[in-house]
Amino acid sequence: MSITKARKASLRGTATAAVLALGLTACGGGSGGGSASSGGTWDKNATVHIGSLYEPQNLDNTAGGGQGVTEALNGNVYEGLFRLTDDGEVENLLARDHEVSEDGLTYTFTLQDGVKFHSGKELTSADVKYSLEKVLADDSQSARKSNLEVVEDIATPDAKTVKVTLSKKSISFVYNLSYVWIINSDAKDLRTTEDGTGPYTLAKWTRGSALSLDRFAGYWGDAAASKKVVYHYYKDATALNNALLTNAVDVVTSEQSPDALEQFESNRNYKVNDGDSTTKLLLAFNDRAKPFTDARVRRAVSAAIDDKKLLESVWGGHGKLIGSMVPPTDPWYEDLTDVDTHDVAEAKKLLAEAGHAKGFSFTLDTPNYDPHPTAATFIKSQLAEVGITVKINTITPDEWYTKVYKNRDFTATLQEHVNDRDLVWYGNPDFYWGYDDKQVTEWVEQAEQAATTEEQTELLKKVNRRTAEEAASDWLYLYPQIVVASTKLSGYPLNGLNSQFHAYDIKKKG
Amino acid sequence: MGRYLLRRLIFLLVSLALASVVLFVLLRLLPGDPANALTSVGASPEQIAAARRSIGSDRPLPEQFTHWLGQLASGDLGTSFVSSLPVGPEVSARLNVTVPLTLAAFVLAVVVAVPVGFVAAYRRRTWYGALLSGVSQLGIAIPVFWLGMILIAVFALNAGWLPSGGFPQDGWAAPADAVRSLVLPVVTIALVMAASLIRYVRSATLDVLGSDYLRTARALGASFPRAMWRHGLRNASVPVISVLGIELASTLLGAVVVESVFALPGLGSLLATGIAQHDYPVVQGVLFVSTLAVLLIGFAADLVQRVIDPRLRGRLSGGAR
Repeated sequence: MSITKARKASLRGTATAAVLALGLTACGGGSGGGSASSGGTWDKNATVHIGSLYEPQNLDNTAGGGQGVTEALNGNVYEGLFRLTDDGEVENLLARDHEVSEDGLTYTFTLQDGVKFHSGKELTSADVKYSLEKVLADDSQSARKSNLEVVEDIATPDAKTVKVTLSKKSISFVYNLSYVWIINSDAKDLRTTEDGTGPYTLAKWTRGSALSLDRFAGYWGDAAASKKVVYHYYKDATALNNALLTNAVDVVTSEQSPDALEQFESNRNYKVNDGDSTTKLLLAFNDRAKPFTDARVRRAVSAAIDDKKLLESVWGGHGKLIGSMVPPTDPWYEDLTDVDTHDVAEAKKLLAEAGHAKGFSFTLDTPNYDPHPTAATFIKSQLAEVGITVKINTITPDEWYTKVYKNRDFTATLQEHVNDRDLVWYGNPDFYWGYDDKQVTEWVEQAEQAATTEEQTELLKKVNRRTAEEAASDWLYLYPQIVVASTKLSGYPLNGLNSQFHAYDIKKKG
Repeated sequence: MGRYLLRRLIFLLVSLALASVVLFVLLRLLPGDPANALTSVGASPEQIAAARRSIGSDRPLPEQFTHWLGQLASGDLGTSFVSSLPVGPEVSARLNVTVPLTLAAFVLAVVVAVPVGFVAAYRRRTWYGALLSGVSQLGIAIPVFWLGMILIAVFALNAGWLPSGGFPQDGWAAPADAVRSLVLPVVTIALVMAASLIRYVRSATLDVLGSDYLRTARALGASFPRAMWRHGLRNASVPVISVLGIELASTLLGAVVVESVFALPGLGSLLATGIAQHDYPVVQGVLFVSTLAVLLIGFAADLVQRVIDPRLRGRLSGGAR
C-alpha cells in the first residue's frame, strides 16, 4: 500500500511517509505526460537546483530512507534492472533483456555490457543477486519486501546472467524489480554513502539543507544533460516558493501550496505543469466496525459528501474526482464518479433503510497536517445535514500509525494513499480498513497469477467496480501533481510517479 | 575566587548530570515508537522488530542509559537512529549556523537596545522618548515569523538584495554567501530581541535615575555623564545582564521559527526533526549540548556581574542561570 506523502519535515520521519506500491503488472497504462520538451541549446555545464519538501531520512531505501531518497536517488544515482518511466511504463535498464519460462516461474535476465559502479567496479550478476537479497533480508525495511517474497531462488550461471525462480506466478514481478536498486556487493555504509551505477554520483549530503549530485563520467548510457544537480530541502512551503521566486531553485518537485500558484501562473518566467498524480485522499471506514459494516451506511456517507466542493476548496481548480481507488494512470482505470454522486436524498434513504433514520455519531481520526483537518471539518458539516454527528479526533502521523494502522482502533479515518496500483489492498482482509469480500480477494489473487496483462486488467476492473459500488472507502479526490519550474528549464518529469524525480534529462538554458 | 570557581564547576557538573537523567527519561515517556520512522507503512511485525533491534530500542532502559552515558564520557554523542550519521558532527554543523546567527543577533540587539533604552528613560517626558517606548512595546507584540516574512518580501522578493532563505551547502567555506544568507535572519531576531531588551534597559535606567546614590554623586559635584558612567550604568547593568543571559540562551534553540522561515539548517530545526522522528540520540545530543551552553552562559553572566558589582562576590551565584 502506500500511504502518505507527508508534507512537513516533522512528518516525513514517520512510517506514513512510506512509499510502497502494490504492483500488479509490468505494463503501465501511461498517459501522454512525459517530460517537458526541450527547446534549443542548453548549458551542459549547468547546475540544476531542485527544491523539495522531502529530504531523505538516510540514503538507503532498504533502511527507511523514506520518500525523499526515492526522489533524489532513484534513477539518478541508483538504477534497477528495470525503470518505471514518468508515464508509468516499465522499460529495460540494467537488464538488456529477459525471458520468462512457460510456467511463468523462472525469469532469466541478461545484463547490459560495460556497466560500472561509481567506485569503478564492473557490474556482474553477483551484484544483482546481492541487491535482491538485501531487499529480502530479515532486517530489510524495503517497502517492496512483501511483494518480492515470491522469490525462491537466485542463480548466477555466469557474470552477465541472473536466473530467478519464483514460488508462484507473479505478473508484477518485473514491475516490482524497478524498485530494487542494484548496489555494489562490496559497498559499505549505504545509509550515508552510495555506490550505484546511475548517471550521477553523490557529491555531498548536508543533512537539513541539501544533497548534491555530480555527473558520472563513466556512465554506461547517455550522459546526464547537466553537470551538477542540487536538491535543496525546505520544511516550509512558503520558504520553498520564495526560493523559486528568487531563483535560488529552478524547479519545485511537488507544489503543495495551492494559494501560491497564482504568483507563478501570472509570471512568464515560470511554467506551472499539471501532471498526473497517483495520490488519493480517502475517508477510510473501518469496515469491521459498526455501523460501517453495513455497505448502505458507507454509501450514505459517501453520497452525503460533496467531493467536488471539497476539492474546489482545498485545491482551487486543480485535482480530479475519480470515484474509486484507481487513478487514470493505472491500466485498470475507469471513471466511476457516477457510482459515487453527491445526493443528499439518496443518503437519507439509505440511512433509513439501514435503520439509522435519525442518524448516528462517529469519531473521525484525523492526521494533524493539511489537507486532513480541512477535509474533516468539511465532512463534519456535510454529514450534519443528514443527521450524522462527526467527532473529529486530531492525531499525529505517529499516533495514526500505531492506533489506526497497527491496532485498527478506529471507526473512520482520513489518509492520503500515494502509490499507483494500490487497489489490490482491498483484496487483503488483514489490511487496516478491514474490507473483507471473498470475491474481491479471489479476483485480486487471480489477477496476480494472470497469464496476460489483459486478463489482469479485466479482473482488476471488476475489483474496482465492486469496491466502488460497495463504497469500501470514500475516495474523496485525486490530488494534482504540480511541478513549477523556471522557463529556462526543460526535460524535467511531470508526473513524479511514486515520488521519483529523474533529473538526468533536465536541461538549463544559459 | 578559586573556591568560587570550583564550587561553580561542581554545580555545573551536577546540573548536567541531573539534566541528562531528566532528558533521557522524559524522552522515553513520549508516546510513539522510534522504529516507526524507519519502517514503511506495510511493514510486517518482523520488519518492525528488526528496526528496533537495529537501533537498540529493544534493550532495557537502564542498559540504554548506561550505554549513552558511556558514550558521553568518551565525548561521543552517539549515532542517529534515522540517518545513521554520528550526532556529534551533525550538532557541530548546526552550531556553525546557530552560533553565528545567535551571537550576531544578540550583539546587534544590545547595540540597538542599550542606547535606545537609555534615551527612552532619560528623555521619557519628551515626544521621542515616548515614541521609542511605544515602538518597543509594539515590537514585543510582533510575531517573529511575521517580521521575517515582511523582511523577505521587501529585501529578497522585491529588492532582490539578499537571499530569501537557505544556507550555502559549503557553509563557511563560502563566506560571502554564508554572511548574506544570515543577514535577514539576524535582523529579524535582533529586532524582536531588542524590543524586549529596550524595556529592561529603560526600567533599569529609570531605577538608577531615581536613586539616592546618583543624587549624592551629583551633589558631591560630579557631572551627570560622570555620575552616570561611574555609578549609574554599573548598577543598571546588573539586572540587564541577567536578562541578556536568558535571552541569549533561549535564542539558541528558540530560533527554530526563524530557521524554518529562512530555511536555515540550525540547531532548533535539528531538534524539531529529531523529536518528530523519535530520533532519541539526536534529541539527547542537541539538548545535552544546549543544556551545557545554557549553563555556561549563566556562568558567564554570573562572572560578569561579579566583576561589575563587588557586592555579589560573597555569594555563590548572582543572577542569570
